[in-house]
Amino acid sequence: MSLVWISLITLGVIGSVSAIILYVVAKKFHVEEDHRIDLVEEVLPAANCGGCGYPGCRNFADACVKANDLSDLHCPVGGNDAMAKVAEILGLVAVEKAPMVAVVRCNGTCEHRPRNNEYDGVKHCFIAHNLYSGETNCSWGCLGFGDCELACDFDAIHVNPITKIPEVIDDKCTACGACVRACPKDLIELRKMGPKGRRVYVDCRNQDRGHIVSKACEVGCIGCAKCQKVCKHDAITIENNLAFIHDDKCKLCRDCVIVCPTNSIIDVNFPRPKQPKVAVEEEVSQ
Amino acid sequence: MKSFRIGGIHPKENKFSAGAAIQQADIPATVAIPLSHYIGNPSEAIVKRGDTVKVGQQIGAANGFISANVHASVSGKVRKIDVQLDATGYRRPAVFIEVEGDEWLETIDRTQDIVRGCSLGKEEIIQKIQDAGIVGLGGATFPAHVKLMPPPGKKAEYLIINGVECEPYLTCDHRLMIENGEEILIGTTILMKALGVDKAIVGIENNKPDAIEHLTRLATTFLGITIQPLKVQYPQGGEKQLIDAVLRRQVPSGKIPIEIGAVVFNVATTFAVYEAVQKNKPMIDRVMTITGKDAPNASNYRVRLGTYLSHVVEQAGGVPEGTGKIVGGGPMMGRSLMNLDVPMAKGSAGVLFMRDEESIRKPSQNCIRCAKCVSVCPMGLEPYLLMAYCERNMWDELESNRTMDCIECGSCNYTCPSHRPLLDYIRFGKSTVGNIIRNRNNK
Repeated sequence: MSLVWISLITLGVIGSVSAIILYVVAKKFHVEEDHRIDLVEEVLPAANCGGCGYPGCRNFADACVKANDLSDLHCPVGGNDAMAKVAEILGLVAVEKAPMVAVVRCNGTCEHRPRNNEYDGVKHCFIAHNLYSGETNCSWGCLGFGDCELACDFDAIHVNPITKIPEVIDDKCTACGACVRACPKDLIELRKMGPKGRRVYVDCRNQDRGHIVSKACEVGCIGCAKCQKVCKHDAITIENNLAFIHDDKCKLCRDCVIVCPTNSIIDVNFPRPKQPKVAVEEEVSQ
Repeated sequence: MKSFRIGGIHPKENKFSAGAAIQQADIPATVAIPLSHYIGNPSEAIVKRGDTVKVGQQIGAANGFISANVHASVSGKVRKIDVQLDATGYRRPAVFIEVEGDEWLETIDRTQDIVRGCSLGKEEIIQKIQDAGIVGLGGATFPAHVKLMPPPGKKAEYLIINGVECEPYLTCDHRLMIENGEEILIGTTILMKALGVDKAIVGIENNKPDAIEHLTRLATTFLGITIQPLKVQYPQGGEKQLIDAVLRRQVPSGKIPIEIGAVVFNVATTFAVYEAVQKNKPMIDRVMTITGKDAPNASNYRVRLGTYLSHVVEQAGGVPEGTGKIVGGGPMMGRSLMNLDVPMAKGSAGVLFMRDEESIRKPSQNCIRCAKCVSVCPMGLEPYLLMAYCERNMWDELESNRTMDCIECGSCNYTCPSHRPLLDYIRFGKSTVGNIIRNRNNK
């Protein structure tokens, strides 16, 4: 009997003393937090992907509340809608940003880029990249072990088992940039989504000279600069034997797609392939 | 018998080519002499297309302190200066020379006479070594003149010559010690003079009794050189392991051997030093081993730099049938080659043919916490832990667990009963942590 009482009293005393300590500490060290942080956090997508440059959504909300100007802050996942709501809560003006999407700039499928050796090490791009150039003659192209797939929190990028090249699902991609950081070959780029998802880009990152590229891959950019000459909008630059289309200048006329001798410039989501002008005229005359 | 005290393994030695005398390899029709080195900045080409060069003529100038000069290994016409596929599959700059005859520079002494006396001073010796483009031939190809100039406040006490050759299969250093023992010891005295030390120790594993006997007999005529036989254990050829084995001193973590008063040179480097100082011959060739269980004739060749490996392999009887993998270097630290059309560089110690069944990696299983990797690690690291940190990208923890001390010897990989790819991960972790440290120091 007495044993029960002793235990009850001991536990009761410990409990009440701890309660008093906790109460005092909570009062003494109370942190006054801006209530708007909670409100902002609520309208954010809670993906905690880090695409905004902050470790998580709460840190981003904190940064938004502290900022006087929202032009440098953008949540790529929530997009313009979320940022408009954030701006409403804080009484600031949101800056509209064009939606972005991740683009894999390698088209070196098994068909286009023959394999000349077999890698039997750890099936991770970062480890293979650390050891050697890859299974093909192209030392710039995709290794195909899918580090980008592992990095993606949104199930938006998958390595195609047939081509061994990752493919991005536009609707799911939030342009958080996780795959960009994961790719050891620096192949993935965030580009403007474009109207109706229409984009034109150079599907190659190889900076070797033309004769080396053409031996390694059928669809590599050889730096011939034909696209640069044909472009009416000054959107294409050639650097280190590689063409690059600047998406802020590109008007999607697709002239470059037609002139490219190696088909390394790709147009996506267009209703039909563009015909060369000559061919169209011939059709009309017939 | 002495050996290093932490960890170590003893893989099967398989030194098939130990009895094969060093042969001169044929000079190929074209060579591609690499301008980049394993460590440090690539050299700058100082010849241009169409130039005629002689053997020993300088064609590349060192670019920065940790870099080395490059010399023509053949005589002929410079065809182009272009990129060349290297052993890792990347394209690096190289000088392509079309061979015409075999005309050497007049200053080079090509006679077989052994020149013993050296009247040069300390600075002159170091200058000669630097001009000759000598790099460490043990594998890391670190420029030799840098090692001879200790940072201010540090003083070398001992010179250690590395004749260990702990890698299985490779025998190039073994043969060199037998055939050019006296030259190596003269090279040692030159290095002793350059460093200002009066004690030198040559460490040799006791699986090379003929080399130990030969050098011990020769060493009686040299002042201050002792030959130290060592118990066979891998990786005794590692710089820090050899110092521990010979001097019983440990290099502190993150420090270089000069910290505890030791400087280590490989026997092949010592021989190259002898040739450069006494014979005016820059580094234009090295000995390499062509070997393998099925190799038609396992042999040692003295090969001019820039020779395509395929050319050397052809002379040694070609690639044997049933070869699954060709490794550049030894089986423990070498890397498999993508193809044989890569030029040999200053660091290429051998070509090893591995049988099909040997070359297949067994599937990796879960870690069973047997701690075998911990007990064999010669640096006292915990490889299983480092791998786990690498998998989870925990770079701070990797750094605090001394991942930068790893010498990439592969003992953990060799011993793991679950066939876990420990070294692959640790290597990646090392390169990432190294970048982080470099960025931090630059800030």
